[in-house]
Amino acid sequence: VIATGRNAWLALAAVVLVAAVAPFLFSEFFVSVILTKALWLGVAAASLTFLSAYGGMVSLAQVGIYGISGMVFANLVLADGGNAAAWSPWLAALAALVVATAVGLGFGAIASRSEGIYFLMITLAFSVVVFYFFSQVTELSGFGGVNNLDLPDLVGNPVQDPLPLYYTTLVVSVVVFLALRYAARTPFGLALQGLRDEPARMRALGFDVTRHRLLAFTLAALVAAIAGLLSVWYNRRISPGSINLAQTIDVLIIAVVGGLYRLEGAWIGALVYAVIDNYSREYTPEIGNVLGPERFNTLIGLVFLVIVLLSPGGLVGLWESGRERLGGRRPGGGSPRSPVEAGTKGDPATGGV
Amino acid sequence: MSQAMDSAGPAGTIPETELPAGAGRWSAQRMALSAIASLVVVWLIVKGAGDPSKFAVVTLNGLTLAALFFVVASGFTLIFGLMRVVNMAHGSLYLLGGYLALEMQDRWFKEETSGLNLSLSGSDETTYSLLAWVVPLLLATAIIGVVGVLIQQLFLRWNQGQDLRQALITIALSVIFADQMLAAFGGLSKDIKTPTDWPNSINLPGDIRFGFFRGVVVLGAALLIGAGLYLLIRKTRFGKIVRAGVDDREMVAALGINVQLVFAGAFLVGALLAGFGGVLGGTMIALSPGEDTSFLLSSLIVVIIGGMGSLGGAAIGALALGLVDAYADVYLVFGGTDLTNYSILLTFALLVGVLAVRPLGLFGRPA
Repeated sequence: VIATGRNAWLALAAVVLVAAVAPFLFSEFFVSVILTKALWLGVAAASLTFLSAYGGMVSLAQVGIYGISGMVFANLVLADGGNAAAWSPWLAALAALVVATAVGLGFGAIASRSEGIYFLMITLAFSVVVFYFFSQVTELSGFGGVNNLDLPDLVGNPVQDPLPLYYTTLVVSVVVFLALRYAARTPFGLALQGLRDEPARMRALGFDVTRHRLLAFTLAALVAAIAGLLSVWYNRRISPGSINLAQTIDVLIIAVVGGLYRLEGAWIGALVYAVIDNYSREYTPEIGNVLGPERFNTLIGLVFLVIVLLSPGGLVGLWESGRERLGGRRPGGGSPRSPVEAGTKGDPATGGV
Repeated sequence: MSQAMDSAGPAGTIPETELPAGAGRWSAQRMALSAIASLVVVWLIVKGAGDPSKFAVVTLNGLTLAALFFVVASGFTLIFGLMRVVNMAHGSLYLLGGYLALEMQDRWFKEETSGLNLSLSGSDETTYSLLAWVVPLLLATAIIGVVGVLIQQLFLRWNQGQDLRQALITIALSVIFADQMLAAFGGLSKDIKTPTDWPNSINLPGDIRFGFFRGVVVLGAALLIGAGLYLLIRKTRFGKIVRAGVDDREMVAALGINVQLVFAGAFLVGALLAGFGGVLGGTMIALSPGEDTSFLLSSLIVVIIGGMGSLGGAAIGALALGLVDAYADVYLVFGGTDLTNYSILLTFALLVGVLAVRPLGLFGRPA
């Protein structure tokens, strides 16, 4: 799963270096609208990719959890709408992480007893329930969302100067990436990968399958909660509309387009998404009512459809199979089957391609 | 009947999901649940006794909502039971069915009564014949059936068994559908008109008035569909093959039955139900962007509660969801505090309560 060795570290260092000097190379607009957005969306998608890559669980609850985190933060700091409790932003951020992770623990306790497609459906229900909750409870979500949030000093005012937020999201992204990679190599992470591939055997070996899944889900909930904070810092507002099913699906699209079995795919997918999101409005040809600048969702849906149909491993999978075809060496002795391709357990006749 | 219809459950392979271990925990959970259930009953008795006729109307509202949920969710669960395809575009098929019927009604059946009878209000009245509702219903349902089969043949047939990939494909389709419907039909809420001859409401004993369309048409249609599905699954050759296919797909194929044809048939029936539900829902509630999500969610909750693949479970799940929705919308008022905003939490509690005791739903079997 993980590209090992010096090359991987060099690649990571190179990417971080490029990202660090990006503000000197690109316009402020590009840094804010494309790069910062891609970074926080990447963190959100990474929480999904982590569960999928190492635990074989495709969770759609991540946007629900990040919505809770964002809403808790928005209600605790000084803002227009919501509670406006005027806490210190740092304290509010901490509370948001704790609450969202705790809710994630609760969700996980219910969902981690099921798996595969059941897991997907149950977590989707969670996410949509969170959305309906906040759209109904206007005391918490305000009537036009909660706006003008008070942000930590570190971030300042992203509208006037996007750089502090950019570097914050960059550092957070790197930390999240390294932490999740590290988690995957601990005994817990190895056991998790074991029960992704062979739950029955792992159970026979005495591993508590449900508890491992629950722990992984909670860790991913923490990452999703972090993404929720970054998203409200980026937007300086949150409304139920920003955590609806469309957003749930967007994060799923990002994870799938990047590749559901490689952590770095999350950020690659997010970058592709942010670029399409921004530039498609200018460059999409107008075909009647069917396609055009207004029809961004159709375009992203088509991209998603094509990726799922052609390359279940996403862009990372495409890159790897391309390299393989050119006779390149696979790092780490090959990667596992994409979870998207994996068939119904115990159904070898129809499983996989 | 629900037990008997239960045979459409997924089955066949190694049980993967842990069932609750130990009889002690089991009964503790059961006790907690029955405590909650009795609390709910007490709450309803206290609230309902104050105004019995209001209680009856709220209950009828819940039942009609449940009827609609059942029509939509039964298609969802039928497809899942046989093919293990989670059709995330089911809500889109629902909404598209409604929009198509509305479009036909608007284009073909709008009869403006001529200027001879000038109404006092000055607005010209539009009347609708019986055909103006029935023809769009049948045509839209049929078109959605075809769309469903096309989706299955074009996108799902060649990757059978990859259930996650199929779910992702249908999610992609639902994104495209939702956006295209927004482009074609706009963002405003619209509804399909009932025939002008139909009464607005019916009188029930106890001086209760209830909407004719909700109370008679929707409820009746759901009962007919329930009975029809039961007969289809239990009494026909197609149903026999479907039941066998749910248990062991490979064996059915090995016996020389054209499984692909049966799959296409099941997808046809599932999509027909979504389209039919869309026309019912578009008449009973309204059609607007977001209704696809809302009905996908209710289908999901219904089948998660009832057990995926089980028609009887879908009926029970729809009843539970419809009644909880209806009661929570009205009775979540305690003294001066109005908690009806929080009604979604009750739906969530229902989901969690069932999953805590039966991880596979009430009638679910290990897949």
